[in-house]
Amino acid sequence: MSDPVLSIRNLCVEIPTRAGIVRPVDSVSYDIAAGEILGVVGESGAGKSMAGNAVIGLLNPPARIASGEIWLNGKRIDTLKGDAMRRLCGKHIGMVFQDPLTSLNPLLSIGDQLTETMLTHLDISREDARKRAIAALEEVGIPGAAERIDSYPHEFSGGMRQRVVIALALCAEPSLVIADEPTTALDVSVQAQIIALLKRLCRNRGTAVMLITHDMGVIAEAADRVAVMYAGRLAELGSVRDVLTAPRHPYTHGLMASTPLASAGQPRLHQIEGAMPRLTAIPEGCPFNPRCERAADKCRQAPAPRIVDGQAACWFPRVAEEAS
Amino acid sequence: MTDTSHKSDAEIIAPKLAEKSRLRVFLDSDIFYAFRRSPVAVVSTVVVLILVLSAVFAPLVAPTNPFDPSSLNLMNGFSSPMQPNAFTGDTFLLGTDDQGRDVFSTILYGMRVSLFVGVAAVLLAMVLGITLGLISGYVGGWTETIIMRVADVQLTFPSILIAMLIFGVAKGFTPVEYRDQMAIWVLILAIGLSDWVQFARVVRGATLVEKRKEYVEAARLIGRTPFAIMLRHILPNVLSPVLVIATISLALAIIAEATLSFLGVGAPATQPSLGTLIRIGQGYLFSGEWWILLFPAVTLLMLALSVNLLGDWLRDALNPRLR
Repeated sequence: MSDPVLSIRNLCVEIPTRAGIVRPVDSVSYDIAAGEILGVVGESGAGKSMAGNAVIGLLNPPARIASGEIWLNGKRIDTLKGDAMRRLCGKHIGMVFQDPLTSLNPLLSIGDQLTETMLTHLDISREDARKRAIAALEEVGIPGAAERIDSYPHEFSGGMRQRVVIALALCAEPSLVIADEPTTALDVSVQAQIIALLKRLCRNRGTAVMLITHDMGVIAEAADRVAVMYAGRLAELGSVRDVLTAPRHPYTHGLMASTPLASAGQPRLHQIEGAMPRLTAIPEGCPFNPRCERAADKCRQAPAPRIVDGQAACWFPRVAEEAS
Repeated sequence: MTDTSHKSDAEIIAPKLAEKSRLRVFLDSDIFYAFRRSPVAVVSTVVVLILVLSAVFAPLVAPTNPFDPSSLNLMNGFSSPMQPNAFTGDTFLLGTDDQGRDVFSTILYGMRVSLFVGVAAVLLAMVLGITLGLISGYVGGWTETIIMRVADVQLTFPSILIAMLIFGVAKGFTPVEYRDQMAIWVLILAIGLSDWVQFARVVRGATLVEKRKEYVEAARLIGRTPFAIMLRHILPNVLSPVLVIATISLALAIIAEATLSFLGVGAPATQPSLGTLIRIGQGYLFSGEWWILLFPAVTLLMLALSVNLLGDWLRDALNPRLR
């Protein structure tokens, strides 16, 4: 495999609070290759967005990167400061936010917003930028792009706006797109379209995508590989097929077992006992141990093992034959 | 805002692109509709327009130039309104003062000074308040603490007291021979500096809300400088409350100017504002020349009241919760 576009090594994000330092992201490592879509799943507060924000340098103080490395296209970016960081990130990373209502400036026409982004990072003239903006809008499926380019965000529907946001994220030709819950705020009927669009565009351009979501359906639909996060740590990392059909980590297994299936006549959905621990009270050893059916003494004492691709952070992973 | 919801699909996909003129768009807007439906707003706008226009075009409207000594006739002094003068037989719409100056003309010229000082002071307060509010809201930290504590301290004093203080200090620095010329500018400075706080507080509050929105994060991400983000992305989105405060502040600034002038620390007698005219007029109230006081006072009242009512209406009209 060629060098990954994004490579995160043992990333730790810390927030100092009154109750001590909490770590919303703890020793997370993963790679994303060009043209690959990595799905990052987890519950609210599992640290999936926080890891994404750390990559683009949008952590709001007092949150900070405590240790670890972030490499983008072979260049270490977590140590860059202010301006250099901003220039690099803006050029190489595009961002699709959750809520298309607030991720476009309501008082600027969408054409202005697209050209602004392009003029900041590409060495092109204003007319060229406008032409490319129209092309970008056509590409994301805005009908009549040439006429619509001077419209304002409120003149578009939610799904259309999210298309514009995608055009905005891709217009400066980034090598990585971070999509933070891109479909959560949309109608179910539009979600699939948006995901398919993101997938198609990124695949065509060879853009790497970090797709942050809590929706297993979206992952199954779009992602090539999955990183499952739990309490700020990586629980499992692997290809979509392996993780979804034969989950090794008990947490992933629990998640999959609690997914409703249209075919199976389950009388009652499986549920994982308890709730994810608060970040100030993460248990000793493996963070999942109080909720885990397989927990042994080792899990309560030794932190879960660090993992690479295709592994689960568990002392007693489920093996493929066990898969229910 | 989100009118798209009740449009048909065909319209969303292929919107009617018939070019509307800007005027047409304005006449069709919600705000103009609300305006037409509010008698208070219409009347106060008409009053403000008449007063402002007659002040701006005072040299054309006024029958005499009250500050051109050659056109004055002392014999015309103390003419009653609409009564022929006992000596010269001249008739004056609103009478004359002790110098034989036509009260109607002095009011028009006085309103010019009042409006100029008011508008300029509000502009100064606005620029200052918006700048400091944006910076403290966006940057936060120590910068914010310092700016907002200064604002809080200033808010504990009556603004007229602060204006008098600034006026006194600034006057102390002006050479004696320039004092009369500079008085207007000092007045603007004093009122402007005493009025920036509310702009700063409102803009800071709105900035705190806007800067959490994702389009600001997106702008940060594409590498815009904080300055560009504040100016291009946040400022336009926090302007509508500023518009309301500016209108109400204008009424307050006009009154503040009149108060200062009435107290004798404002506009000099060579360039009298409405407040100066009222001060001069009150000396004659008990000797029977009521018109020298009454007409400038009524003008000031109409001006301040209608600007204020307009501001109130604007506040309600721009507040979606009150519609």
